[in-house]
Amino acid sequence: MAAISVRQLKKVYKVHQKGQGLTGSIKSLFRRQYKHVQAVDGVSFEVEEGEMVGFLGPNGAGKTTTLKILSGLIYPTEGEVQVLGFIPSRRDNAYRRQFALLMGQKNQLWWDLPAVESFRLHKEIYSIEDAKFERVQGELTELLDVRDLLHQPVRELSLGERMKMELIAALLHSPSILFLDEPTIGLDVVAQTSIRKCLREYNERRKVTILLTSHYMQDIESLCERVLVINDGKLIHDGLLADILDRLAGYKVLTLRFQNGRMPEELTQRADVVEVRPPQVTLRLPKSTAAKEASRLLARYDISDLSVEDPPIEEVIAQMFRARDGMAESVVRTRDLS
Amino acid sequence: MKKYWVVFRIALSERLVYRADFFISTFLRFIPIITTILLWKAIFDGSGKAQVGGLAYSQMVSYYLLVMVVRAFGSMPRLATGISTDIRDGELRKYLLQPIDYLTYLVTLRIAHKLVYIVMAAGPYSIVFWLCRDYMPGWPSGVNAVLSVVTLVLALCLGFGINALIGLMGFWFLEVASFIHVFMTAQYFLSGHMFPLGLLPDGVQQWVLLLPFAYETYYPTMIMLQRLETGEALRVIAVQFVWVCVLFVAGRVAWNRGLRRYAAFGG
Repeated sequence: MAAISVRQLKKVYKVHQKGQGLTGSIKSLFRRQYKHVQAVDGVSFEVEEGEMVGFLGPNGAGKTTTLKILSGLIYPTEGEVQVLGFIPSRRDNAYRRQFALLMGQKNQLWWDLPAVESFRLHKEIYSIEDAKFERVQGELTELLDVRDLLHQPVRELSLGERMKMELIAALLHSPSILFLDEPTIGLDVVAQTSIRKCLREYNERRKVTILLTSHYMQDIESLCERVLVINDGKLIHDGLLADILDRLAGYKVLTLRFQNGRMPEELTQRADVVEVRPPQVTLRLPKSTAAKEASRLLARYDISDLSVEDPPIEEVIAQMFRARDGMAESVVRTRDLS
Repeated sequence: MKKYWVVFRIALSERLVYRADFFISTFLRFIPIITTILLWKAIFDGSGKAQVGGLAYSQMVSYYLLVMVVRAFGSMPRLATGISTDIRDGELRKYLLQPIDYLTYLVTLRIAHKLVYIVMAAGPYSIVFWLCRDYMPGWPSGVNAVLSVVTLVLALCLGFGINALIGLMGFWFLEVASFIHVFMTAQYFLSGHMFPLGLLPDGVQQWVLLLPFAYETYYPTMIMLQRLETGEALRVIAVQFVWVCVLFVAGRVAWNRGLRRYAAFGG
């Protein structure tokens, strides 16, 4: 049986509408107007035990709503949801012991106390046995390299250190399912890498099922083979990440910086220019020819710096949506190039 | 229930982080009373009466001092606002995710906070009471002491029940801050915190004394002031107890209903 199974999930929010200004406020006192917002619109998917799945989509696509439904915080309007055989909205304590939801922008730890105190509280809330608690806490502090910080008040920790502590708190009761909403948001590269590493190792060791949303392509790339892409409440892709990247991101982004700020005109006039910001020019090149073109440009012009990057995930996804909506122009262009 | 015991212990240690400015701020709390007492002195002198609203001047002074003790138990600073902001800002989420009950958790926190406050304030309070010893009623009898402790504990429960219920309104109304402000002012007046309720004209008084607020401050203070017969004191305690039960049931119902609404609306 799948660890997570979602069938024809729909969620409609009733949102209170207020008119503009004072008149609007007064009017809304007497007659409330509501707008129905379809946050999730007929989504179905299954996740097997031990899988790590990335959940992608622009802001407001319905990712967080889905995670909230899966963790029992909100009721679905329609459809069936089962996690580990539980119906999340019933919020059974037995279910609550088996998952964790970690939100990158929310904190669970006690601000004025050392993290270790919050961990002790978790130990009791989740009735974790002493020996197991010691072992798991030891393992995780080792993995994230925060042993020395356990006894420092949380408010004195850096954002990255705090996030690591939050992650430990979320994993202490050895959940079999982990929902992560933007776990690395706002963190520096080192902390991001360390959290990713921890998640990967933890997943391998414990076979924990992970559903993850992130704005950072690297999070998704390094952790998830499979991705669900959601837009406007609808699931538009369920499959391998590699498929999307090959199909849609068949290009590289090349940034050139010119010596002395002198930029050759024929270069700035090219059709594949994305941005000109002296002394920099950014080009979009087909993946297949990117390397060759880069070396040709290096040989020909007086270039002080050059970087080749993957397109940002938002852009890739945005293209995907445009393609779905029939405004396939940019996708077609990318395909032509590749 | 071991988990709430740990919540309790952790809350204790958290409170102790802030002990530095505690001692001074406890004394500062008595300063507004000095103005009130001077005002009453003027009233008594001006009226030329020995008693106002059934209380002599010295009893009036001790009333305000004992109100401070009762409030040390029954006041719930930031409880209502805390609950409503937890609801509004989504902080509630973390309690819904964990196998823990939010309201029991809050009660545990409050008891820990109160305990720390009462223990730490005992010193400063004793000093002030000693300085004002001439105004105070004599040492309480054994019966009165027991009744006082019981009524104080019930005042704490009552304060929690009322304020938690107001905070839970946050499930239905997005912005309850101004409502809470109005409510606090009403509570200040109706509970007898501002002045002894015996001063109210009879017609008003009989209604005000029916409200639970009177049992938060006025009646417990009168018990401590040794102004109530034992029988009357027992009646007060019984009514306090009934109000506590009613409020706890109401709080549970509000919580369950509110949660259903919360889950339907957005979480």
